[in-house]
This record gives sequence, C-alpha cells and structure tokens, in this order.
Amino acid sequence: MSTGAIVTAIISGIILWGGFGYCLCIALKSDK
Amino acid sequence: MSTENRGEWGSRTGFILAAIGSAVGLGNIWRFPYTVASNGGGAFLIPYLVALLTAGIPILILEFSLGHKIRSSAPGVFGKVSRKYEAIGWFQAFIAFCITTYYVVIIGWAFSYAGYAMTGAWGADPKGFLFGEYLQLTDSPMNLGGLNMKVVVPLLIVWAVNYGVLRLGVKEGLEKANKIFMPLLVVSLLIIVVRGVTLPGAMAGLDYFFKPDFSKLTDPQVWLAAYGQIFFSLSVCFAIMYAYASYLPKNSDIVNNAFMTGLGNCSFSLISGIGVFSVLGYMAHTQGVSVAEVSSAGVGLAFVVFPQAISALPGMNGPIGVIFFASLIFAGFSSSMSIIEAVVSSISDKFGLTRKQALNRFTLVSGVLSLMIATRGGLYVLDIVDYATNQYGIVIAGLAELVIFGWFFKTDSIREYANELSDFAVGKWWLFCIRVTSLILGLMFILKIVNEVSNPYEGYSWLALGVYGLGVMLAIAVASVFFASKKGSDEFEKNIYGNPLVGNELKNDDVKKSNLEEASL
Repeated sequence: MSTGAIVTAIISGIILWGGFGYCLCIALKSDK
Repeated sequence: MSTENRGEWGSRTGFILAAIGSAVGLGNIWRFPYTVASNGGGAFLIPYLVALLTAGIPILILEFSLGHKIRSSAPGVFGKVSRKYEAIGWFQAFIAFCITTYYVVIIGWAFSYAGYAMTGAWGADPKGFLFGEYLQLTDSPMNLGGLNMKVVVPLLIVWAVNYGVLRLGVKEGLEKANKIFMPLLVVSLLIIVVRGVTLPGAMAGLDYFFKPDFSKLTDPQVWLAAYGQIFFSLSVCFAIMYAYASYLPKNSDIVNNAFMTGLGNCSFSLISGIGVFSVLGYMAHTQGVSVAEVSSAGVGLAFVVFPQAISALPGMNGPIGVIFFASLIFAGFSSSMSIIEAVVSSISDKFGLTRKQALNRFTLVSGVLSLMIATRGGLYVLDIVDYATNQYGIVIAGLAELVIFGWFFKTDSIREYANELSDFAVGKWWLFCIRVTSLILGLMFILKIVNEVSNPYEGYSWLALGVYGLGVMLAIAVASVFFASKKGSDEFEKNIYGNPLVGNELKNDDVKKSNLEEASL
C-alpha cells in the first residue's frame, strides 16, 4: 500500500469513527 | 391512530440503531466502495465528508426536528406546514412504497445465495448461474416470462420477517429487531474485513480504494457524485426519518442523534469498502489482472464478482460466502423495515387506521406488486424502477422538501427547536447548508435530464423506460395528489389541518412557556 493510501485510510477512519465515538460519548453523558 | 398510540422508542440506543440501520443498506456495501474508487480514490473522501457535513447531517437535523415536533409521518409534516404541500409528503411515502417492492426481492436473492454459498452452487460461471439458472432472465423488459419460483420462495420469507417484526410495533418490533440485526451486521462485516485483509493481493486492492488522486477534486462530477452518494445513502427525503423521529419521546436529543446517524452510516461504508476491496485485490491477484478490471458495483458486485472471489478463496469458502450474504440480509432487513414503516405510518396517521390494519393493507398491495419483480424479466423492471425512483423520484422529493423548508419557511425556528432539545447546538450555517443543498440537488436534476435525453439509461428502449420509469413516476405523482385530497381521520383533520404550523410556532412549547413565565416575573 502506498503512503498516500495509508494516510488517507487513517485520517478518514479517525474522522468518521472518531467523530462517531465523540458524539457517542456526549450522548452517554447526557440524560436525553 | 391516535397520537398517544403511535408507539415510542424504548431507548435512545434503540432509535440510533434503527436510524443507522435504516441508512446502512445494500448501497453501503455494493455502491460506496466502487463510487470511491472510480472518483479519485482517497481524494473522494474529502468531498464525501464535506457533503456529509453540509448536506447529509443538516437534512437529518431538519427531518428529525419536524418529525419530532409534529409527531407525524411525512404527509402529516408537510400537511401541517400547509395543506397544499401534503402531496409532497405522500410523494415521499410512495417513493418508499415503490422501493419496497424491489428491495425485498434483492434481500430474497441474498437469502438464496447464502444457501448457494454453502455448496458453491454457481460453479465456475457465477454470471451464467445468476442470469441463466437462478433469475432465468428473459430477453427484454417487455417480456416478463412468468413467475420464477426460485425467487418467489425467498421473497415470501422476506415478507414474513418484515411483516412479523413490524406487526409487533415500534418498541417490541422495530427496536428489538435492530438491536439484533445491527450487531450481527457489524460482526459479519468485521469477519469479511479480517478475512479480506489477510489474503494475498489485499493491499493492492486497498491501495486502489484509498490512494488519493487529488487532481479529481477539480472535477465537478466528483463533487456531484459525493453529494449523490451521501444523499442516497442516508434514507433522507423519502419519509423514513420523519416517521422514525415522530416516535422519539418528548425530551429527546435532535442534533447529536443526527450527527451519530450520519457519521455511523459513513463509518459502516468505510468498513465495507475495506472488506470489498481487500477481497477484490485478492481476486485480481489470483487472476493476474489489475484491481480496476475486477472492480464493479451493484448486483454485479454482490452476485457475480463476490461469488467468483468466494470460490477462489484458499479455504473456508462456504462459511465466508454465507457470512457475506448474511451481511447483505442484515443490512437489507434493517433498511426494508424502515422503508415499510414510512408508508405504514403515513397510512395509519392520515386515515386513523391501527398499525395492524395499515400494515395488512400495505403488505397485500406491495406484496402482490413485488411478485412482478420476481418474474423472469423482473431484473429489468427492478433496474429501471430503481433508477427512476433514486435518480429522479428521491431527487424531486428532496428538492421540494429543501426548497419549502429552506426558502419558504421560517427555517431558523426549526434550528432553535432542535438546539433547545439537543446535547449541542448548531449555528446559522445549518440554514445556509439546507439552501445550498437545494441548489446542488437542482443542478444534479438538470444535468441528469440533459444526460438522459442523449444517453437513455443502460440503452433500454424508450418504451421500457416510459412504462417502468416515467410511468411509475407519474403513477406515484397521481396517487400522491389523490391521497392528499382524501379526507383524513378526525384527529388528523384537527391536529394537522386545524392547527397549521407557522415557522415560529415550532419552538419547544415547554421552553416557550418557561420563557413567558420568566418574562412575567
């Protein structure tokens, strides 16, 4: 795999899964 | 059905799983990976994320807010804004009705193929097996060729599962089913990914999938493809999210739920892309060709290329094949149930029918129509109806929705309503996004029509496109106007028509009340 592909895979994973995880954490702390 | 008896999600987890389950469908597995690879690879993820943040999530916030506030399905939401708009809500519901008729058939195919995978029934020629032995495809869309029992039997199973789940209601049916299907989908996809990335040639496949070609970012078609992918994969603009949000309890979050649904859907897409392209990389490796040559999408990817790849696996062919088709079944069910729910709730809300009465009527009519797709020429009908509903129907429905709420409504009141209820707030950028997305959709629609005139879809005859494409769209439009003109139940007439929604009345009633009390002090 090229460096560009690896970097893209990591960044997109962090944004999407990280973003989802961040929102999930907020939801878990909320009383909604 | 009275407002109190509409049903309610038992937990926030249940709602989120159901909303993500609705968004994650067959398209995430068989459309997204190919769209990425053919539009600049990793570079496509930039417009894709931009489209998610500027179109997908803003539309989810819009639909969650309106569904939650009005506590009605799409016809009720649009009817509450103005009676003359109710037909748009019905148009969205009928798009969902139309999609149901062929979506259940594809899940049925996946059922059959999960069985075939155990023995590798497709042999050395998966393409010949699919079109010849299994579908027994006729020579033209105008020749349906009678019912194909190999498709009818799994179709009946799919209908039975959908009917059984939805009959149990929101909390006991939809919520519980999604709590089973979604974890199973995650596990099955992860098994495919782990098996895929450990195969020889997988890295070449992933390189093809992720390698960024930044020169593509200057191509407007790539940006339109990104907005199209987001728009079609989030279950927005065809009545589903209104219905789902209408079952949320009063004190429910809106904005964070929309972010989780959008991000969760795209995270699934990323995982399925890794699974699909690692397997395609292996297949290219075994055949000594480039990944581009084995890369495909849609029915061809799932029922021709993947069976080929499964046969070529060094071991565990049967179990991996079953798991792959099981993932299609899980993704398909979580989406099909939501599509059916969108229509059933529309019928029961307007005409005051119980869930079971509405579901019985819907299943009877849609079930009979789905038999048309289970004929030997059904694949042609499916292909054209799918194209017409997705490329035109949903775009028209979405355009109408965004123009009404973006340009002719006090849209900021929707934002205030959502913010008052949510874990975190959205700024005024949200309204800007809704308006810009309406312009992008308008552009997509115009370009699509221009292209259609010069290149009829897949080279089908104008007669076939007219009957199954334009004909279906016109039938939907006529049915929408007819249903909108029918008298509703007393409760619908009172709650929807008797109390029309004017922009600033959308603010949370409780919050408004406390503000008034503070002001009087």
